[in-house]
Amino acid sequence: MRWWSLRNALPLKGVSYRITGLVTIPSKHKSLTLLAGVLLAQLLMLAVQIKRDSRGRLIRVWAISAAYPFERSGAWGYGKVRGVWTHYFALRTTERENEALRIENDALKLTITQLQGRAAEADRLGAILGFKQAHEHVPMVGGRVIAASAGTASRTIEIDRGERDGIRRNMAVITPDGAVGKVIEVYGNTAQVLLLTDKDGGAGAMLVGSRTQGAVGGTGEPMLQLKYVANEDNVAVGEKIVTSGMDKIFPRDVPIGTVMETKPGNTFKQIRVQPAAKLDRLETVIVLLTQEPVEFKSAAENAQSAAPVSPAAAAAEKP
Amino acid sequence: MNDTFELRNAETHIEVHKFYPGAVVLVAAAALVLQATGPVYFPKLSVLELPLLVTIYFGLSRRNPSTGLLLGMVIGLAQDALSGPTVPLGFYGIAKTVIGYLASSIGARLDTEHPAARFSLIFSFFVVHQGILVVVRRLLLAQPEAWINVHLAIAAAVNALLGTVLFLVLDRLRRSS
Repeated sequence: MRWWSLRNALPLKGVSYRITGLVTIPSKHKSLTLLAGVLLAQLLMLAVQIKRDSRGRLIRVWAISAAYPFERSGAWGYGKVRGVWTHYFALRTTERENEALRIENDALKLTITQLQGRAAEADRLGAILGFKQAHEHVPMVGGRVIAASAGTASRTIEIDRGERDGIRRNMAVITPDGAVGKVIEVYGNTAQVLLLTDKDGGAGAMLVGSRTQGAVGGTGEPMLQLKYVANEDNVAVGEKIVTSGMDKIFPRDVPIGTVMETKPGNTFKQIRVQPAAKLDRLETVIVLLTQEPVEFKSAAENAQSAAPVSPAAAAAEKP
Repeated sequence: MNDTFELRNAETHIEVHKFYPGAVVLVAAAALVLQATGPVYFPKLSVLELPLLVTIYFGLSRRNPSTGLLLGMVIGLAQDALSGPTVPLGFYGIAKTVIGYLASSIGARLDTEHPAARFSLIFSFFVVHQGILVVVRRLLLAQPEAWINVHLAIAAAVNALLGTVLFLVLDRLRRSS
């Protein structure tokens, strides 16, 4: 058999081949041409995406749809394994009671942080007397994190809630500890969330003490950066930062983080911020189901609504 | 029955390994899903680049530059798709296409079975891969990115170590002679 007929026969399965005195590696020229063609195609695809700001949605939908069952079953399996493990060593009822208390505690922490923000604002205005309750009910949905970015080039997470749960793009995502990010892409059963720590992530921010406004952005690292705070402004290490609500995504006064380091820059200070939420260890998150800013009652309104109406005043109002 | 091809010329002697049907697809898919889900539960796993390790392994084993670069392209594009909308399609695709080509080209010329050789190759390919990502980000996407940082050497060493062990496991997927 001549060598070229041997090469043609190579794909036959279960046949032993030994070729002597030949180089059967595919032609270098051919593979180099293929390499150039494939690279060129991908470069063009990159260029098209950049120019049109298109993100290749169809390919992403396919990939996400294909990976979703595995991610979901992975999360389910992980949860089951962990559940069996913990229940084996702990009393079943105690574990469940702890779970319920933990959920309740998370909800209370969210309420407390929002109340604290409102309290700080009211303190600054000097108008707090009997600040009691709070804010309007905020529609929200909880979601479990089922995947993260498949590379270090971005910091995103994927949650098991999507369009069918009422989630839309640019909705704020938080945890009871603080702001997490925003919904950047929504599919039927899942949604992708851009974390604050991503290079494209960010939120309108405000220093709690001085009420100085700026913008918090990600650097691709675990720490955040507070931008656009003038060198003249006083910023202390340890100062808390909350959302300003100016980005039309997050409601006001959601904790963002704590100032860890500050130093003067050319025009603006360089401020590094430790995120309030544990962005590198997210398991469940809350999506605020409204893109409208969440309006809280003002301190005056709260005081007014909370103050008891005296019988005399009530009588005077009667015709 | 022999599914290992021995290709010889006057100076070289290389083996082209074949794998059980579906092994390449399953291993690549598993690597992508693990890459996406692992860091959710164990954040430190984000230092690993499983899709890259799989690309290198099959490139070195199959020793066919055309299939190597095509496999790299498919794995890279899938990784792009699973990395969120901020990563444009082609970002990882370009890098892994080049790595797939280089791995299969080098695999056709060198002995890549020895663990020390594998460690060195994975370490080198990881650095090249990250270099390509930086080039793409800086020159094509006009986004700032550091050329070298401390984590690169650590990540390369960790991936090389894991890859050397992983390759031994993947060797079991080869069809026996």
